[in-house]
Amino acid sequence: MTEISADLARQFGLSAEEYGRVLAILGRVPSLTELGIFSVMWSEHCSYKSSRVWLRELPTAAPWVIHGPGENAGVVAIGEGLAAVFKMESHNHPSFIEPYQGAATGVGGILRDVFTMGARPIANLNALRFGDPAHPATRRIVDGVVRGIGGYGNCVGVPTVGGEINFHPAYNGNPLVNAMTVGIAPEGRIFLSAAAGIGNPVVYVGARTGRDGIHGATMASAEFGEDSEEKRPTVQVGDPFTEKLLIEACLELMATDAIIAIQDMGAAGLTSSSVEMAGKGGVGIALDLDQVPQRETGMSAYEMMLSESQERMLLVLRPERTAAAEAIFRKWELDFAVIGEITGTGRVVVRHQGRIEADIPLAPLADQAPLYRRPIVETKPPPVLDPAALADPIGVGAALLRLIACPDLCSRAWVWDQYDATVGGQTVKRPGAADAAVVRIEGHDLALALTTDCTPRYCAADPRTGGAQAVAEAWRNLTATGARPLALTDNLNFGNPEKPEIMGQFAAAITGMAEACRALDFPVVSGNVSLYNETEGRAILPTPTIGGLGVLAHAAQAVGIALRPGLDLVLIGATQGWLGQSLWLREILGREEGAPPPVDLAAERRNGDFVRGEILAGRVGACHDLADGGLLVALAEMALAGGTGLTLAAPSTAIPAHAFWFGEDQARYLLALPDSAACLARAAAAGIPACLLGKSGGEGLTLPGGAAISLASLAQAHERFFPALMDEPASPNA
Amino acid sequence: MRAGIVLFPGINRERDMALALRRASGRAPRMIWHHETDLAGLDLVVLPGGFSYGDYLRCGAMAARSPVMRAVADFAAAGGYVLGVCNGFQILIEAGMLPGALLRNAGLRFLARDCHLRVARAGTAFTRHLAQGAVFRAPMAHGDGNYFADEATLERLEGEGLVAFHYATPAGQVVPEANFNGSARAIAGIYAPSLRVLGLMPHPEDLIDPLLGGEDGLPLFTGLNAALAA
Repeated sequence: MTEISADLARQFGLSAEEYGRVLAILGRVPSLTELGIFSVMWSEHCSYKSSRVWLRELPTAAPWVIHGPGENAGVVAIGEGLAAVFKMESHNHPSFIEPYQGAATGVGGILRDVFTMGARPIANLNALRFGDPAHPATRRIVDGVVRGIGGYGNCVGVPTVGGEINFHPAYNGNPLVNAMTVGIAPEGRIFLSAAAGIGNPVVYVGARTGRDGIHGATMASAEFGEDSEEKRPTVQVGDPFTEKLLIEACLELMATDAIIAIQDMGAAGLTSSSVEMAGKGGVGIALDLDQVPQRETGMSAYEMMLSESQERMLLVLRPERTAAAEAIFRKWELDFAVIGEITGTGRVVVRHQGRIEADIPLAPLADQAPLYRRPIVETKPPPVLDPAALADPIGVGAALLRLIACPDLCSRAWVWDQYDATVGGQTVKRPGAADAAVVRIEGHDLALALTTDCTPRYCAADPRTGGAQAVAEAWRNLTATGARPLALTDNLNFGNPEKPEIMGQFAAAITGMAEACRALDFPVVSGNVSLYNETEGRAILPTPTIGGLGVLAHAAQAVGIALRPGLDLVLIGATQGWLGQSLWLREILGREEGAPPPVDLAAERRNGDFVRGEILAGRVGACHDLADGGLLVALAEMALAGGTGLTLAAPSTAIPAHAFWFGEDQARYLLALPDSAACLARAAAAGIPACLLGKSGGEGLTLPGGAAISLASLAQAHERFFPALMDEPASPNA
Repeated sequence: MRAGIVLFPGINRERDMALALRRASGRAPRMIWHHETDLAGLDLVVLPGGFSYGDYLRCGAMAARSPVMRAVADFAAAGGYVLGVCNGFQILIEAGMLPGALLRNAGLRFLARDCHLRVARAGTAFTRHLAQGAVFRAPMAHGDGNYFADEATLERLEGEGLVAFHYATPAGQVVPEANFNGSARAIAGIYAPSLRVLGLMPHPEDLIDPLLGGEDGLPLFTGLNAALAA
């Protein structure tokens, strides 16, 4: 028999002070199962104890928001009586330990957060950060993560339509896997998790419980040391086939009136689902673990309560509908078991083999959960670099070929070719075709635009600017398709919050995000915080990933980035030639320095609203926002996407050529359209900086002065990186 | 044309297929649960794409033994038309209704990209609206689409005109660079000797709308509708 002590509590991740609270709440020494329940519910992962005080700063309301943070996912009205349900969540630690299963179960988990609310998942996205390509572990992690995302998403039949990938040595021991799911439900048919109705049955459905993933939430709340390999057994194993059946069975049941409350079993499994459902409903819950479907023998109460076996849901049903509900799950060949009932005690009571293994009052478990306002140290503002002091050693044409081949800007075709983007038959803009993915709603003309964005090097240099930039870039990417941005989900990945400089990054990033959300009417409706992203004391770059969602009334209005011949190329927004923290500075001069480009939120809004107006008026053939790599990289991407060249005129500017073409000033877009004169006149009338850059057509990219780069050589440079990293032949272009 | 789509646990392109069939025929297809065995009144039965039973044993192997498949075989023998796409093609092979095997893609990775198909055998119900040698684009999305058969079978398929489509370049050249999954003789789809059963790996049902990138996949379905209209 394990002796329960402060020492054991510490091994479970509870501080001495926190363990003291457990003793006070219970008025006795907890059982092992109770200690397990407290430790996972009070883990950083489940309790948000370090981040909650800051998260309150984020704006979460708008007239179109139906459910903001606090439910399984955010819900916004998108018109025609429909709601979009979406969220992003990290699976960083598991993906380092076991890349395939870590990434796969990340996709599975976020899917459940969405369909548990009654929504059919219609799109997946993922934001990935990997270590230095030269690091020996990177190739294995890239391979496993990409296979895992594809393996799960392809099998469940939800198209993977977008995302982003960065490489940086700061992620060597701690890659980031942030997975986002978007689903659609009728506005009036959203399912919530608050349990109700004393005596109502608590029903377990889905896969059986095994010993996998025990204490996964606690693992996700600690730094990695040299022993991280030994944590492999805490990673869960995914079964996308069961998930697919679970989606169909749940949606079939949701078409009836049987469900009172429903919650997926995610992190901390049966513990968090039962505690949260009863807690939110202000009721009690009694569980009989002898009834839990098990795939292993001899499991203890502790193991069952903490297992993170995948593809499981907990339901509270109307008693008279239980038999009909069971028939649906049997039809889909899934387990269905009544494992308890809702009580009026306000306590969670767990019975196993005739013994009471846990008996905890729910209100203090939630209300007295630790909440920390941890000390912060602000990031020192970096110096503003003068572009004139950064001489161009290789020329604009050579720099373009280097940039477009670098890991952060090269073609992602090798990755995308492993993700099914078309299943469902509604994908209007596939990965790479537009700044945001565009997915039509089946049976409607409506479409959603979806993107994930963050520029971690900006966040590291200046977290407040970086936080604002991540939100602004997501808003811009949605706008560049013609969509009206509605709301976002965030995935805040940071290091150890007990270090004041890390908490300072977190707080400043939130401040910047909140400013941008307000200025752009772009509220946060769901999210996830992932802290302790450190290995052997080295933290990742602060990475507040933004998942943005926008709506298009008519799918046919969406524009992509592909150029066609005979269009004028117009630049919208002001260019200063900002090289601080630019990819040009990093890739050409080998320097990661300076202040990131400032974010002028008023200009973002004004320029974006203008661009969206031009697109929705049907005047724009292609549109691309300017981001990593700046203007010339964006032009090259448009040319490559459309297989059409372009010719650039010399800009009338005093800015050095390399700063003009590769500076990363914000709030800018490229428009390709037949009639630039009228567009420039409208921009001038609206007070928006705009200029004509050149014209599309021809076989190559012709720079001012006449030097030309063929599309073939651009494509060759662009396509090289991933196949070379993986030591595979380049993907043939038929 | 009255079409039905068979639903096995784990298939996932039934909605795409239903959209294509409805677009071509103006009629919603009947959805057939895999325990059903009554296919009366149908002109066409479709086995759609996905991951029946998770593809955990061998792609299509478990679905091929489900009750509905005996009915599908009887339906084909009695003159009915059967189309299997992707996992549906794998199921038809596992059920013995088409020869050969579908192995892991040559590159050992899932392939989700557009490919081009050249019509190798026109003049069937499936190719009523496709000319001999015509090239059309279709998305592929599979990990196990590398068609394999012994030399004698390959010779017989080609000799008897039972190869439906080859992987090709957009210009129609059947070359290794266009055969992404490494299929034997670049075979993308085959007929049973009756020419009433077709299996193919790519997904014409996902390219039936200009808004989604084109209508290249539509002629296969409109052709079927024209051929099978009562």
